[in-house]
Amino acid sequence: MNPDIFVVVEHLRGQVSDLSYVMLAAARAAANATGGKVVAVLLGHDAEALARDLAADRVLYIEHAAFADFSSDAYQRTLENVIKEQSPRAVLFGDTTMGGDVAAWLSTHLNLPLVSACRTLRADAGALKFVSQICGGKMMAEGDLPGPTALVMMVPGGYKPDQGHAAQPPELVRGTAPALDDLRVTVKEYIEPAVGDVDVSKEQVLVAIGRGIQNQDNVELAEELAKALGGVVAGSRPVIDQGWLAPTRLVGKSGKAVKAKLYLALGISGAPEHTEAIGDSEMIVAINTDPAAPIFDLAKFGAQVDILDLMPVLAEKVQQAKGLA
Amino acid sequence: MNLIVPIKMVPDLVEELVIDASGAQLDPEALRLKLNELDEHAIEQAILLKEKGAGQVTIVAPDLPDIDDALFTAAAKGADRLIKLTGNWGNGVNNHALARVMANFIKTLRPELILTGVQAHNDLDGALGPQLAEHLGMAYVGYISGVTLANGHVRARKEFPGGLIAETQVQLPAVLGIQAAEKPPRYVPISKVRATIKTAQIETFPAAELETAGAPLVVRLFQPEAGARATMLEGDVDAVATRLVEIFKEHGVL
Repeated sequence: MNPDIFVVVEHLRGQVSDLSYVMLAAARAAANATGGKVVAVLLGHDAEALARDLAADRVLYIEHAAFADFSSDAYQRTLENVIKEQSPRAVLFGDTTMGGDVAAWLSTHLNLPLVSACRTLRADAGALKFVSQICGGKMMAEGDLPGPTALVMMVPGGYKPDQGHAAQPPELVRGTAPALDDLRVTVKEYIEPAVGDVDVSKEQVLVAIGRGIQNQDNVELAEELAKALGGVVAGSRPVIDQGWLAPTRLVGKSGKAVKAKLYLALGISGAPEHTEAIGDSEMIVAINTDPAAPIFDLAKFGAQVDILDLMPVLAEKVQQAKGLA
Repeated sequence: MNLIVPIKMVPDLVEELVIDASGAQLDPEALRLKLNELDEHAIEQAILLKEKGAGQVTIVAPDLPDIDDALFTAAAKGADRLIKLTGNWGNGVNNHALARVMANFIKTLRPELILTGVQAHNDLDGALGPQLAEHLGMAYVGYISGVTLANGHVRARKEFPGGLIAETQVQLPAVLGIQAAEKPPRYVPISKVRATIKTAQIETFPAAELETAGAPLVVRLFQPEAGARATMLEGDVDAVATRLVEIFKEHGVL
């Protein structure tokens, strides 16, 4: 059996994702246990340079014009061959817009077991164990990593991206892509995020609202509080999907990652899709009526009161404090 | 065009989650199920396409507790056919098993476009959509937040991090994993759902035998260790606000 751990590197427009480095770190932990090597699989078009700082023992680089953009179809067909030929102990994908299009399809197609939402891989008496984060971050599920080849979809949080960067370029091996001229999935154009609105990734004080805001009328309370604090309002997915805030204000997986001096999370439960983007903030303060909300595990200070009651009172007290200063 | 929306029920996270005596699963007695939120978006997207003249919307669901409510609500919003697959579901099964059974049934409907939630919060073996696509020999694209039908294909807006969207062309037939419908899921008053119960019909079909291979076995379920849990501020709203102002000052925000 091949003890190697493969990592499918995620990149777009010349940029390797942070999660790819997290996966390389996870792969190293797993490879130490299996006695195998870490192999980074990089599918790209003129993207060989991206291999340079990947902390892998070997990079398998497959060049094809179809990899200039992300096409699920192109990735599925190419990786199918790679996995069939090499049967590594595990293949790591992101639990993301890219990995999500590929890993579960391959699991079904190749009859290989799949573990998703995986946060850490660890060795226990020679066996590999997975720990996955489910139920909006409220539960962890642990078990043996199934064999002989497990496909794994990783979420951030278990390893630091720094651990996946290498100082020296790894060995590079070239592979060949199958015929990819009749793709069923092709990118036609990119729509850039709207500019002109505030950039929440650069703001120092963020008043972030979640489902607890309840309806659009209440957004004004958050606006007033943000104004008093000299900050801006951001939101989690449910608020954006309801159309209560512009998509530019989305903090989370599909939105922006933030590093605020103060991140005031109001009525946000703290699902992993949101919290993965706020960890670099200096101070997180969370207000939520649910004592079991995972956001309290990340926050420095918390309170279990109703945000609709708190916001106007807090805005007023902030105004008063500023008046006295 | 036949638009199919496979949906499933998931634990309602508003309720307290209780781990059962085995330590490896949620206590079914203490569990309340609700429709997967992203499936609600998939239903909305399908109905929006129908309203633009796309065709008929069929909802397919495993026969889990409270599924009738979810199905009738979909009908009240505009779904045409409601289908319930009966079988030994308990409080849910893994997606590998669900995909096999669903694919087996859905292929009899001659599907052209399948819309389903891109994920569910309790997925532990990948999402349903890409597995359905493989079984049915269809293309799959997920994280979609907008769909336009064209001749023989769809244009789907695929989300990437940082707010970037890739306008992606997908050949039909296809499965799309929906992250968000173009518009927020519409609200239907309970009175309209009640009226629908009197007129709409749920068709039931027996599901094939469940085959769960492909998913990992959970040995232990646990709540995340509260590492550096937040210092909780006690007292009423006034006391909390006063303390927060002090904290903001100490931190140099005020």
